[in-house]
Amino acid sequence: MSRPEAGVDTVARATQTPDELQPFAELGLRDDEYERIRDILDRRPTQSELAMYSIMWSEHCSYKSSKVHLRQFAEKNPVSDRMLAGIGENAGVVRVSDRLAVTFKVESHNHPSFVEPYQGAATGVGGIVRDILAMGARPVAVMDPLRFGAADHPDTARVLPGVVGGIGGYGNCLGLPNIGGEVVFDPTYQGNPLVNVLCLGVLPVDRLQHKAAAGPGNVVLLIGAKTGRDGIGGVSVLASATFDDQSDERRPSVQVGDPFTEKLLIEACLELYEAKLVVGIQDLGGAGLTCALSETSAAAGTGMDVQLDRVPLREPSMAPQEVLASESQERMLLIVEPGNLDAALTVCERWGVLATAIGTVTAPAAEREPGRLVVTWHGEQVVDVPPASLADDGPVYARPMREPPDLILLQADRAETLPRPRTAAELRETLLRVIASPNLCDRTWVTEQYDRYVLGNTVLAQPEDAGLVRIDEQTGLGVAVSVDGNGRYARLDPYAGAQLALAEAYRNVAVTGATPVAVTDCLNFGSPEDPTVMWQFAEAVRGLADGCAALGIPVTGGNVSFYNSTGAAAIHPTPIVGVLGVVEDVAQRVPMGFVHDGDALILLGETHPELSGSEWAWVEHGHLGGTPPQVDLAREQLLASVIAGTARVGHLSSAHDLSEGGLAQALVEACLRRGLGTRVALPDGVDPFVYLFSESAGRALVAVPRGHERAFAALCEERGIPWTPIGIVDEACGELDIRGHFAVPLAELRAAWSGTLPGLFDPPAAEGPPAAEPVDTAERAEQAEPAEHAEPAEQAEPAEQAEPAMAVADGAGSVDLVPERADAQA
Amino acid sequence: MSARVGVVTFPGSLDDGDAVRAVRLAGAEAVRLWHAEPRLHQVDAVILPGGFSYGDYLRCGAIARFAPVMELITMAARDGLPVLGICNGFQILCEAHLLPGALTRNQHLHFRNRDQRVRIESATTAWTNAYDEGQELLLPVKNGEGCYVADRATLDELEAEGRIVARYTGGNPNGSQRDIAAIRNEAGNVVGIMPHPEHAVAELTGPSTDGLGFFTSLLKHLTGVAR
Repeated sequence: MSRPEAGVDTVARATQTPDELQPFAELGLRDDEYERIRDILDRRPTQSELAMYSIMWSEHCSYKSSKVHLRQFAEKNPVSDRMLAGIGENAGVVRVSDRLAVTFKVESHNHPSFVEPYQGAATGVGGIVRDILAMGARPVAVMDPLRFGAADHPDTARVLPGVVGGIGGYGNCLGLPNIGGEVVFDPTYQGNPLVNVLCLGVLPVDRLQHKAAAGPGNVVLLIGAKTGRDGIGGVSVLASATFDDQSDERRPSVQVGDPFTEKLLIEACLELYEAKLVVGIQDLGGAGLTCALSETSAAAGTGMDVQLDRVPLREPSMAPQEVLASESQERMLLIVEPGNLDAALTVCERWGVLATAIGTVTAPAAEREPGRLVVTWHGEQVVDVPPASLADDGPVYARPMREPPDLILLQADRAETLPRPRTAAELRETLLRVIASPNLCDRTWVTEQYDRYVLGNTVLAQPEDAGLVRIDEQTGLGVAVSVDGNGRYARLDPYAGAQLALAEAYRNVAVTGATPVAVTDCLNFGSPEDPTVMWQFAEAVRGLADGCAALGIPVTGGNVSFYNSTGAAAIHPTPIVGVLGVVEDVAQRVPMGFVHDGDALILLGETHPELSGSEWAWVEHGHLGGTPPQVDLAREQLLASVIAGTARVGHLSSAHDLSEGGLAQALVEACLRRGLGTRVALPDGVDPFVYLFSESAGRALVAVPRGHERAFAALCEERGIPWTPIGIVDEACGELDIRGHFAVPLAELRAAWSGTLPGLFDPPAAEGPPAAEPVDTAERAEQAEPAEHAEPAEQAEPAEQAEPAMAVADGAGSVDLVPERADAQA
Repeated sequence: MSARVGVVTFPGSLDDGDAVRAVRLAGAEAVRLWHAEPRLHQVDAVILPGGFSYGDYLRCGAIARFAPVMELITMAARDGLPVLGICNGFQILCEAHLLPGALTRNQHLHFRNRDQRVRIESATTAWTNAYDEGQELLLPVKNGEGCYVADRATLDELEAEGRIVARYTGGNPNGSQRDIAAIRNEAGNVVGIMPHPEHAVAELTGPSTDGLGFFTSLLKHLTGVAR
C-alpha cells in the first residue's frame, strides 16, 4: 500500500491519482462496495470520503443486513392516526392529546459498556437523549434494560457497578428521572453485556422538528461540545494504515460523557425551538458530523458547503477525516435562517453553549438533481459527494439464514419433565431460593442509584410494573412505559420470544391502567454473517411485526445491535420491546403492591404447566430447553381492556403482571411492596407447584376492594376473561400463607429477596474511613449514642434486616463509632 | 398580596421547577431568578434548588457561590432574608459560608435515592415553624455528596445552639456526622437541607406530603415579620 504524501487528500488530488491504493478493506468495505463508491463519484474517493462511506455504509449506520427484514414493520404496522413521525426519524412521535405528543426510543450501547462500563453506559444515555431532543421534545424520563453475565462472575462485579454508576451519573446530572428498566443475569452475556437505554420526551404537537436541511442559503450551525478524537473507532484503522503508526494508541474508542454540557444543550435547544429559530436539527451520535451532514441534506434533497476547519477542536492537529468521523458527545447540528443567526447565537450564549456557523445549505445545480455535500479544509476541497449516496443508498443484503441445527434438540429437552419439589417443605424452600435468585431478587441496590423524583412528575417508577409520568399538570394526562425482553424464551423460539417480550411490556403498561398505543424496540443479536443468527433475527422481527399488527399498535422506531457475541458464541437473541401507554388521569393509576387489608385477590387468565425457559428451571436445574409459554395476543388485549375498564370505575386497588417467576414471584412482590400479608387458597385440584411457578402469559394478579367483588366478577364473566379468586390481603397475618401448603413470614421473604444484590456487589468491608470528627477523649461521654441509632424498632422491620451490610456501613460514619476512631486526632 | 419567593436557576439546576411548584402549592408566588442576573426582583425569600450547578465538576456548589445573583443573596441573607438551600442549594450555602461545614461524598460512595425519615429538631426557623419539634417526616433523599462534616467545635456549637434543624432517623443514608440532615444559621433565616421537601408535596408524586410544611412555614414567618 502506498503511503500518501504529506498534506490532505483533496478532491483534485484524488482525480489526479486514480490508481492510488486505498485501505477500504481495513475499513470494513467489500471490493464491490468500494467499486460502487468509485462509480458514484466517477473517481477514487478522497481519504475523507472513504472514511465517510465506510462509516455510513457500516452495519451500524446503514442497517444493511436488517433492512430487508425491518421493512415488515412499515408493511404490517396497523394504521394509527396518532403517529406524527415514524420509522426513519430520529425517534417516533405519537400524539397523545390535541396539544401534546410524546416521543420514545430505545438504543443500545453494548460494546462500549463492556470496554469501559461507566463511560460506555453514560454516553449511551447521552446519545438517546439527543435523539429525543432532536424531535423537538423535552426529555422527561429514562429507562435501562440491562443484561449482564452470571451474577457471581468476577467480571460482572466490574461491569455492573460501572454501568449502573454511568447510567445514574449521566441521567441524574441531566435531571431525568429513571422510571424503570431491567437487570437480567445470564452467562450468555458474559463478555457482551447489553446496555440498552430508553428515553421518553414530551412536546407540544406544533413543536415537532425535522432533520431536513431545507432552504438554500440557510446556515449550518454546530452547537455544543468541541470535537475531539474520541470515538473514532471505525476510522482508527484508516488512521493507523495511512498516518502515523502510533496515532491509533492515542485514540480512545469509547466516548467520554459530559452531562453538564448536555443539560445546557437541552435547555438551549428547547429555547431555540420555542423561539422558532430552527429550520432543521439532527443530533450527532454514531458517525458524528458525517452522519448529521449527509442525513440532513439528503432529507431535504439539498446540498451543503461546509468549511470543516471552522469546527472547534479539542485537539488542533486533527485531520479532516477525523473531524468528520469523531463521535464526540453533546453536539447538535442546526439549520438556521441567516436572519435568525444572531438570535440563535444569543440563546446559545445565554446557556453557555458553544455555537459555530460551519457552512451553508446549497441548492442543487439543476432541477431533479441531488445537491452536493462539499466539504473544504483550509480552502481545499476534501469531499464532494451526493449526500443521499451516503445516507440512503448504502448496500442492502439479504443474508443467508438457517435455523440453528441444535434447536430441535433444545426444544425437545422440556423443563416440564424436570424433578419438582414434592412436599410442602420443599415447595417453601424452592420459593425462597427462586425469589432470592439474581434475576428475581430486589433491584433496590441498582435503582437507588437513580433519581426517580426529579421533575416532580413521576407517578410510578421501579419496582412498579411500568414507569408512569404525568405530562400535563392541568389535566393529569400521563404516559406509562415498560421495557421487557427474555433472551431465554427467544433462544427457544425467536418468533414467540419476540411476541412474549411485546406481550409482557404491553401487559405491564396495561396493569397500571394505561391504554397501550405504540411500540419501540432494540434488537440485540449476534453476528448477521452467521446464518443461524440471521434466522433468529428474521424470526424475531416477523414475530414482533405480526404481534404489533395483532395488538393494533404500531412500531414507531427502534434500533438493531448486531455482533453481540461472547467468543465465537452469539448471545441469546434478545429483542427488547418498549410499549407506551396513555393514562387520561394519572390519579387513577393502579399500583403493583397490595394496598388495602381485606381486598379480594383474583388471578386473571389461565395457568398451564409451562415451565420451559422459566426462572425456576434455570435456578433449580440450570436448565434451558423446551418451548416457551404460549402467546395469545387476543387474550392480552382482553386482559388490558378489562384492567383499564375496571380501574376507571374503582374496582381495582392493585394489579400486578405475572411473568418470570410466575404467581409466586407476583405474590411476594405485591406483599413486600407495602408490607401487607396475604392468605392464598389455591383452587381445588391444581398442582400447587405448577400454579405457583408456571410462567404462562396473559395473566395478572389483581386486588379488588370489598364491595366490588361481585361487580368485578360479573364484568369478567361478561368479557369472557377467566378469573379465579385465590385469597385475600390480610394485613394482620404478616405472612404469605399458601393455605394447606406452607406459610412464610414477610420478614423471612424480605430477607431472602433483598439480600442478594448487596451481597454480590457491596464490597465486603464497606466501612472505609469514617467521616472523621475530631473528638476530645474527655467529651466522649457526651457523644453517647443518640437513641435512634440503636433503632430497636427498625431492627424489627424487615426492610432494615434485609440490608445488614449497609447498616454497618452507614453506622460506621455515625456518631457512635466515630469517637473511638477519632481519639488519636484529638 | 401573596409572598414572592425567588427560585434561582444556575446552569445545571434540576429541581428548580419542583421548588417553584412547591412554592405555588403553599400559596405563594414563585419568581424565577437567573444566576447571571444580579437582581432579586423584590422577593421575600429565596430557594436555592437541587441539581448539579455547573456540573459540580470542581466541588459541589463551589462555582455557583460566585454567580452574580449569589452576591446579592449572600448580602440579603445576612440581613435576614429567608433562604432555603435544598441538596445542591445546601452545598452552595456551605460554600458561600452562610452555613458552616461541608457536604462530602456519601460514605458508601454511591448516589442514593430513597424515601428517608427525618426528625425535626428545630421548629423555630423561618422554614420549619409549621412543624413540631420531634415530628418525623418522610422525604426523598437523592444525592451523591450528602455526607455532612464539620469540625468538632462547630458540631458542638450547632448542637448547643439548637441549630441542627433535622436529623436522619431509621438509618443514615450517607454517613452524615451526628445524622445531620439540615442545619440553620444563627438567626434562623438560612436553612440548608439535604433531603428534598419540594418532592414531598403531593401524594401522587411523592412519598408523602410532609415537605409542604417548609413552604407554609415561610408564609407564617413572613406574616409574622410583616406584623
